[in-house]
Parts: sequence; C-alpha cells; structure tokens
Amino acid sequence: MLAIRVIPTLLLKNSGLVKGVNFKNHKYVGDPINAVKIFNEKEVDELVFLDVSATNENREPDYRLIEDIASEAFIPFGYGGGITNIKQVKKIIRLGVEKVIINTSAINDLTLITDAAKFAGSQSVVVSIDTKKNFLGKYRVATNSGLTLTKLDPIELAVACEKAGAGEVMLTSIDNEGTSKGYDLDLINKICTSITIPVVASGGAGSLEHFKQAIDSGASAVAAGSYFIFHGRHKAVLITYPEYEQLEQLFKE
Amino acid sequence: MIVILDYGVGNLKSIQNMIRKAGGEAVISSNKELVAKASTVILPGVGAFDHGMEKLHELGFVELLKNLVYEKGVMILGVCLGMQLLFERSEEGSLDGLGFIKGTVKRFQFKKEQNLKVPHMGWNIVNPIENAFLYKNLPNNARFYFVHSFYVECEREQDILATASYGLDFACSVNSGNVFGAQFHPEKSHKFGMQFFKNFLEYINASN
Repeated sequence: MLAIRVIPTLLLKNSGLVKGVNFKNHKYVGDPINAVKIFNEKEVDELVFLDVSATNENREPDYRLIEDIASEAFIPFGYGGGITNIKQVKKIIRLGVEKVIINTSAINDLTLITDAAKFAGSQSVVVSIDTKKNFLGKYRVATNSGLTLTKLDPIELAVACEKAGAGEVMLTSIDNEGTSKGYDLDLINKICTSITIPVVASGGAGSLEHFKQAIDSGASAVAAGSYFIFHGRHKAVLITYPEYEQLEQLFKE
Repeated sequence: MIVILDYGVGNLKSIQNMIRKAGGEAVISSNKELVAKASTVILPGVGAFDHGMEKLHELGFVELLKNLVYEKGVMILGVCLGMQLLFERSEEGSLDGLGFIKGTVKRFQFKKEQNLKVPHMGWNIVNPIENAFLYKNLPNNARFYFVHSFYVECEREQDILATASYGLDFACSVNSGNVFGAQFHPEKSHKFGMQFFKNFLEYINASN
C-alpha cells in the first residue's frame, strides 16, 4: 500500500472546473463530474475540491454540486470553499463528504476547527493554509482565495490549528501555484518540523520528481492541479494520473 | 431486486452508482412493502450504533429484516455501521443489534506509544481467507477505504471472511449463511470496490 497520498486538487467556480496561476486568471477546464468519472478509473486514492469563489462571493457552498460529486465519486474526497460555520460543516459531512477543508473562517476564528473536529473527528478536518512571501521575503498567510495578505506567520498558525483540533494541514504556496516549477520546499520543511499532524504539500508540482522533493522535505502527502490537468507545452486540457506502480517506485527509496 | 435500505443515514447514491457500474441495478428505499419484496438487502450506515438501531426500530425494519433473513433466505450485506448492526451487541451502545452474526462490536483502544489515531480512517489492505468468493479476482494487497472507531469481534472463527490490521488484526469482512458484512466502504474504494460489487452481483445471480 502506498503510504504517501498523491491528491489531485480540483478548483470549482460557477459549478465548472477551473485552473489558474498564482491563484489568478482562472480559466474553465471542464466539468467536475466528468473529472470525477475519469479519476475513478485511475486508482486515485483521494480528491480535493476547492470552490475558489464561494468565500469572495459571500455565498454558501454549492450543496447540489457537492452532493452530485459525492454520488459519483468512488473515492473519498475533501471539500473546501465558503465554509463559515459548524452548521455547514455538518451538512457537508452528511452529504457524504469525507473531509471538510477550512481556510478563511478558521483563520479568523479557531473555534470552528474545534467544533468541526468534535462533530466529525479530527481526521475529517483539514485546515488549508495559503502562503505568500511579503515584500521582505517573509512568509505570510493569505485568506479569501489569496486576495487578502494577513500579518500572520504560517508556522504560528499551523501550530495553533493543530492545537485547536485540525487533523491535517493543506499547505499551499501561492507564489508557486500553477507555475509547475516545484513546491516551496523551504516552507514545507519549516511547517513540517513545527507540527505533528500530516501536511499536504500544494502549489507548484510539475513533475514526479517534485512530489519526491516535497516528501523528502517532510510532507505526508502531495497535491497538484496543473500536473494532472494540463498536458504538453501548450497546456492542453488532458486529465492524467501516474500509474500506481510508478508512484510506488518513486517513493520507495 | 436489490434494495439499499434508506433509514436516514448518509448518502446512499454512491453505493447505488457503484452497483450500476458493476453491472447491476439497486433501488434506494425506505418503503416497507418494497423492502419486503427484496431478494437482497444492502444495509449501509454511518454514525453511532444505538442511533442506527433506533432508526431501524422506528421504521419497523428490525422485525422485517429478521423475517427476510431467517424465513425467506434473503441475502443481506451490511456496510460500515451496517455491518456492525448485524452483530449481537456493541460497546458503543446499549441496544441489541440484529444478532445475525455472533459477537460484539468493540472500541479501538490503543496505548499512547502506539501512536494510532481513532477513527481508523484511510486506505488499508484487506486480507481475505482462502477462496473467499467476494474477494476473487482481486490482487494481493488490494486496498479498501475505512472510516470507523469500532471493530467487530466474531465469536465464531468461521464467520470471518477477511481481516485488516490496525493496531491489531480485526475482522473487516464477515459472512454467516446469507448474511455478509464489510467494515470498509467498497463504494469508496475505486477499482477494488468495483470488483467487490461485481463478485457480489455474481454471487447473487448464482444463488438465484
């Protein structure tokens, strides 16, 4: 069994699947249900869906779409986007979603993490931490899908989230996201040495080698978007996923 | 007719969709008359043991299921909490289970140094006994997706169909006569879950 999870991250906007660079310029890449059907066939062990417009449009999660995904996905998945209160967490878990992913709201108020963990168990509560370097080159936490740069240090936030009951941290480098140039290994290393819960590295994967680097830097799992969605120099949309044996081989050493 | 019993717990559509993909048809129903006509019942479920039993009692399914299984030889497959409800009792609650399989549902209890989290959540390898029909055409080390804080302890060894290991070896799949159970979620275990349901459908067809 592969102890390291390799997770496709799929971004949702207006019920469609989108992908951008550095959290910007999202373009439509397809239908989410269709993507689920393709990933069902590919021995993917976990999926992540993030609605990138729910929080900024100040609206509820798209429960219809979440329910449709839960009905079609023959794989466990996490959902994030627009979750602001415990009622929504309960509703989403009851729709058949395995993990809720909380970002902006958790950062504003850690009690949501604690309440969600009490309801669903820590294993089902993921805090997503988006980071960006400020003009001094220091890592800072961003919220609202990257629109707001806070003064928070991501390490301090990760430690606080673990204490509050989070079961996992999804760590995304906005500077690397969508660039395919590799993960921010320094950031991964800093966070992983500060907390004991699993860290999912996200943002920048462009090759299998990048996955390996993130794991060697301490991540428990790797997530990627572009790598699974685009193909070739011209970034044609083609959903792919490495063979299981290939991943086994990659992480063996 | 395969009926997925809807007693108010969780999203049952993924089970229905997976069965369809495996080449079968199943209906989701909480209608007693319809359930009474089933040749196979799938008992899903998530959440607490007593809550599940209360719901079954409330909807009048306890007597109906016993009648179907004992009198009519209907096949039943319990999944996750649904499998635990097939047992006599649980440490999680005080209500009697359906009692189709002899044994007790127990809580995972680990020492701190074992560093194992409860619930047991994630993919794990399922080791079937030799020649288990439900697990044929699966590779060694086939993995399935688990989410549970309690595990079953069978009173009779011959009821164990497969085991998994998490701190201890536990029965993750059981069978006694026409009663089957899976602790994991085959409907969330992509191609291995699909093969499981294909085998299940084949078994149903062979026994009709």
